[in-house]
Amino acid sequence: MERGEEKVITSAEQAKQDPTYLQALKELLYQLADDDFLVSFRGSEWLGLAPHIEEDVAFSSITQNTMGHALLFYQLLEELGEGKVDVLAHDRKPSERKNAIYLEKKNGEGHYTEEPYYDWALTVVRNYFYETFKKIKLEAITKSSYQPLANVAGKVLMEQPYHLAHWKLWFEQLYNSTDDARARLQTRIAEAWEEFGDVLELGPYATEMAHFELMISEVELRDRWLEEIELMLGTLPSRTLGKKYGSGREGEHTSDLDQAIEIFQDVYVSDEGAVW
Amino acid sequence: MQEQLDEIQAVLKTVDDPELPSVSVFDLGMVHDVKVIGGSVFITMTPTFAGCPALDFIQRDVKKAVEELEWVTDCEVQFSFQQKWSTDAITDEGKHQLKKHGVAPPPEDFQPGQKWTVNCPYCESNYTSMDNVFGPTACRSILYCQACKNPFEAMKPVVDYMS
Ligand SMILES: [Zn+2]
Repeated sequence: MERGEEKVITSAEQAKQDPTYLQALKELLYQLADDDFLVSFRGSEWLGLAPHIEEDVAFSSITQNTMGHALLFYQLLEELGEGKVDVLAHDRKPSERKNAIYLEKKNGEGHYTEEPYYDWALTVVRNYFYETFKKIKLEAITKSSYQPLANVAGKVLMEQPYHLAHWKLWFEQLYNSTDDARARLQTRIAEAWEEFGDVLELGPYATEMAHFELMISEVELRDRWLEEIELMLGTLPSRTLGKKYGSGREGEHTSDLDQAIEIFQDVYVSDEGAVW
Repeated sequence: MQEQLDEIQAVLKTVDDPELPSVSVFDLGMVHDVKVIGGSVFITMTPTFAGCPALDFIQRDVKKAVEELEWVTDCEVQFSFQQKWSTDAITDEGKHQLKKHGVAPPPEDFQPGQKWTVNCPYCESNYTSMDNVFGPTACRSILYCQACKNPFEAMKPVVDYMS
């Protein structure tokens, strides 16, 4: 499978023929699935708490749809012999998770059932940054050498533009409204700039992913994302993007992920065998 | 053979999407492929939106309905998540049924990224405004008719991004 031969892999069985290809593919799938899963989990915590009723309806639709996308990626992993979808989503240790750390970050202080002091500015910045990134990553993946994944990416891209448009609108409106709203966004943008770095990483198999044409390079992914964000902000923060807490792509995580897992594992164990 | 397929199609026109009662899964364009081997029927379906919570019900209802045909011994229903469903797959009958129930069918010849509008399903006025792009499910939006002052829902246009 040399670069340039344009070899297309059409099935899980075929992907299993080359152990290195298989490993790189699985890494990529875990990133896609775990990112969407964590983003939609944090989204689901807002249920009933969004700024107004229309937003509550919209946000929960987006969340449910994004959870559906995570499910599609977990299904591809199931086909590759990684285990059942439910187990992959709910029952893996933090060290096995490949979502970026910024995406597991709590919505704010407080607890969902007690006193949630969630921050809408964080949610707007996080989701706008994430959906912008997701679109770029998926567009690249529609040309992936793994056909089943390219197909799924194409399907997700039929739905995801609505999510991006939603968060872009929130971002623009708040960014151009009162000084207070703008200042709150700016605080969260500065924070994101210290933490967003690993979202744009592809992990230990980045080189293989590019070699097998599963995905574009990290540099390209990052450049395209920065370009999009610059269009929105006018100028980018002067410092380089950081990854303050490490890289989720390498299995590094914070206690916020432990907290998330604890909650969705509870739900899973109490309701095992239930359908999504 | 053709007769059997016709019978199955007739049955599929009676199974509704639980989220859009009175619109059949056939008219929504969700049926991708039907195979008959002896008394066994294999149906491949295309889900509309990912994460649509109704899929399990649809699977169950389709299986049950097809198995009621006398010559059918068993029916297997599978969703193919690699098939792309688009709103273009909705049949004319489907559009008619949607409208009858106050849901505007998606606009035709929609281009990705475009703004879209639909006519009011009650009075046909095009003087409508978008209240919420996301309705109760990801596949629907809430709009408001400025002419007859009715709120209504519309199916979001979903088309193949890459084509
Ligand atoms: Zn009207």
